[in-house]
Amino acid sequence: MPFFILFLLIAGLAVIGWVAARGRALQLSRVHDRRPHSLPGHHGSYVALWLALPALMFLTVWSAVSPGLVEQSVLASPAAEMLPEAGIQRTAILSEAGALADGTMAAAFNEEAEALVPAFREANAFYRTIGIAATLVLAFAGGAFAFLRVRPDFRARNRVERVVMWALLIASLIAILTTVGIVASLLFETIRFFERVSIVEFLFGTDWSPKSATFGGDEGSFGAIPLFWGTVLIGAIIAMIVAIPLGLLSAIYLTQYAHPKVRTVMKPVLEILAGVPTVVYGYFAALTVAPAIRDFAVNYLGVTSASSESALAAGVVMGVMIIPFVSSMADDSLAAVPGAMRDGSLAMGATHSETIKRVLVPAALPGIVGGVLLAVSRAIGETMIVVMAAGLAANMTANPFESVTTVTVQIVQLLTGDQEFNSSKTLAAFALGLVLFIVTLLLNVVALSVVKRFREAYE
Amino acid sequence: MRDTVDPTPTDWNSRAMQKRIRARYRAEKRFKFYGLFAVLLSAGFLAFLLVTMISNGARGFTQTQIAVPVNFAASDLFLESSSLEGDGAAQALAGADFEGLVEEAAREAYGADGEDLVSPAAWLKVREAVSDDPELLNGEQTFWLQASTALDFASRGEVKGRQAQRPERQAMMARYERLEDADRVRRSLSQNFLVNSDSSDPTQIGIWGALKGSLLTMIVTLAIAFPIGVLSAVYLEEYAPRNRWTDMIEVSINNLAAVPSIIFGLLGLAVFLNTFHLPRSAPIVGGLTLALMTMPVIVIAGRNAIKSVPPSIRDAAYGVGASPVQVLSHHVLPLSLPGILTGTIIGMSRALGETAPLLLIGMRAFVVEPPDGFTDPATVLPVQIFLWSDELDPGFVEKTSAAIITLLAFLLAMNAIAIWLRNRYEQRW
Repeated sequence: MPFFILFLLIAGLAVIGWVAARGRALQLSRVHDRRPHSLPGHHGSYVALWLALPALMFLTVWSAVSPGLVEQSVLASPAAEMLPEAGIQRTAILSEAGALADGTMAAAFNEEAEALVPAFREANAFYRTIGIAATLVLAFAGGAFAFLRVRPDFRARNRVERVVMWALLIASLIAILTTVGIVASLLFETIRFFERVSIVEFLFGTDWSPKSATFGGDEGSFGAIPLFWGTVLIGAIIAMIVAIPLGLLSAIYLTQYAHPKVRTVMKPVLEILAGVPTVVYGYFAALTVAPAIRDFAVNYLGVTSASSESALAAGVVMGVMIIPFVSSMADDSLAAVPGAMRDGSLAMGATHSETIKRVLVPAALPGIVGGVLLAVSRAIGETMIVVMAAGLAANMTANPFESVTTVTVQIVQLLTGDQEFNSSKTLAAFALGLVLFIVTLLLNVVALSVVKRFREAYE
Repeated sequence: MRDTVDPTPTDWNSRAMQKRIRARYRAEKRFKFYGLFAVLLSAGFLAFLLVTMISNGARGFTQTQIAVPVNFAASDLFLESSSLEGDGAAQALAGADFEGLVEEAAREAYGADGEDLVSPAAWLKVREAVSDDPELLNGEQTFWLQASTALDFASRGEVKGRQAQRPERQAMMARYERLEDADRVRRSLSQNFLVNSDSSDPTQIGIWGALKGSLLTMIVTLAIAFPIGVLSAVYLEEYAPRNRWTDMIEVSINNLAAVPSIIFGLLGLAVFLNTFHLPRSAPIVGGLTLALMTMPVIVIAGRNAIKSVPPSIRDAAYGVGASPVQVLSHHVLPLSLPGILTGTIIGMSRALGETAPLLLIGMRAFVVEPPDGFTDPATVLPVQIFLWSDELDPGFVEKTSAAIITLLAFLLAMNAIAIWLRNRYEQRW
């Protein structure tokens, strides 16, 4: 891998440059017998940066550009004249010839590819030589330029620190880039999806049955309401029925009643629930909880339509996973209520539980609600539990023993089947992703502003 | 005025008042009990989950072996011990029909359907033994070979489930008991599980390939998320001017930390695979995707750690003439490093257990060879668990649970290190 070796070579050169420049700075400061502006190490870093940065930038650009240049020069060669005119076969033969020339492929599949191999090798060798030579020239030129500037009064430290500042700024811009990348990729594919399927049908249709349309036939229907309903049923209703009482009561018990020793043991234990990978929960839900719930429903409740992929199984397990989120948010909000309110209530003769129910919880309610909203946003974006334990059938049912499907299940389902990237099926996954992104974002913004306003009220 | 104030003080000893107080104390006790019940129920669920996994998975680390006497001398293997020395050895070994030899030996020892008791891949062990010691070919030797899936399943004894009620299985269980009485079968620690990779035969599967894939993916994630996360934490906490750009950076980091993980999978699919054409199923793409997901966690932990370094230390350093970068690299970073590392380990442990985004970028392929580099097709441990959980063969159940135990052990170790770091090095100012 020439790229990697070249990279190591430049890194090695940079180290040598650092040592040399540092030595020179030391020596100069002794000769001139005056205090230099920068430490010798700064001069070393200055030379190393000049040596490595331009060369590595060029190397990155070159490795992105050179495959295109190689292909152009191959196409210009006489052997390329018998290639079929544009189309899939042409690109297939070209990429095969490229693989043959690299040695990643042993034998040719198309005979035309065999003929192109010499041209490919020649172009490869030519551009690789140019690339290596230019990189090394840049490295030496940069290094020499910087090395000649090493003098006692040269402000190497300021230059180096400016580079460090730029590095810091660029690193923190990656977060914005990621956000922009998410929004752009979701939006771009979603717009393409809505060119094929109307947005009204997608948002308000009640029939979800995407089909693989490899041969240009019927693409099925994309009414996402059953998916939204399934997501709400599992993530916002069943999971919250489990998580809110358990999380809230746990937080109240641990902060108000429990002995400090019990608290130091039980709090981390509850937090482990949030650290267990979701695939483990999913496996547990599918293997243990779902059959038990189905048997219970069939034998004791007489619900014969009970499915072994019930909404209840996925929802209950998801609720358990969410308990720590609810309890830690409730914990924080209860702690933020001023002690005077609590003391006042107790002084009036109220019992602990009356104080909690009538004073602490109402006072902390905005914070608790914010925590619940965050938990809901976490629950509806959760994927593995529902992929493994909830079903694929897009039912509109309020019966928790039946199977429903969710947005995240369908995203996984749509994108793991066929590989083509232009069918409505794959594009639909991005539209669902955009809806999920917007909804979780809104929930988070609302939750955080509620929590923030609540904190300010007591400060 | 609706009612007039009663001038007499409340009589706390009256029967009605006593009753009311008792009721209030009962309510108090009940409420306390509800709280305790909620805590115990949550902890009980965790215990139930762990016990289920461990009781299912403990068997996954072992295998059933069956004794098969192989008579090389009387066999029709057409292989001489002399031909296994020198250059032609590998070719001679590859040409010999060890598969038939083992099947024949099993039939001889256990009757006409004897070959069904031995795993289809068991002959590899015999060939290896012969290659190590060609002298074996001149005599007879009893090998402990891996048992077939059916016999292995029968060795579990009575279990619930539809598969368990079949007559074949009942017959196999009776047979297993007879073999056990004759000391012809045993359970031993499985070497396969830790060194093999995925396979379609549950007796042959192992987690080495998935572990290696996880390791490579985590290396990429750490190499990208750690430097970027620390640098942006430093920038935001120490140098960022209060302006609209900084606000935008902060808002997007906080939002990224709350975006569902599957959205990062969509991003990885659209950007890394379809725009940059990086290889599918490769650890490098998985690592990049998880790095974007882990970075906000590191930034938030890093900012808290840097914030907790007292300003007096910075002021002292500036006072003796240090430059901003020197203050940072000589004082602030070393002091906040334990906090940053703790956050990093927690972020990495979350990334290690993540499945959904990796499904979307194709890391769910059936990968038989462990990956050799960052661009080879690979799978990771959580995805491997997901893939095995979909298999119908009952032999996969205990292997899946065993893989889960392995994953949980890794996560537990990482979290233990994080807690230890926090307790050992965290300074309170």
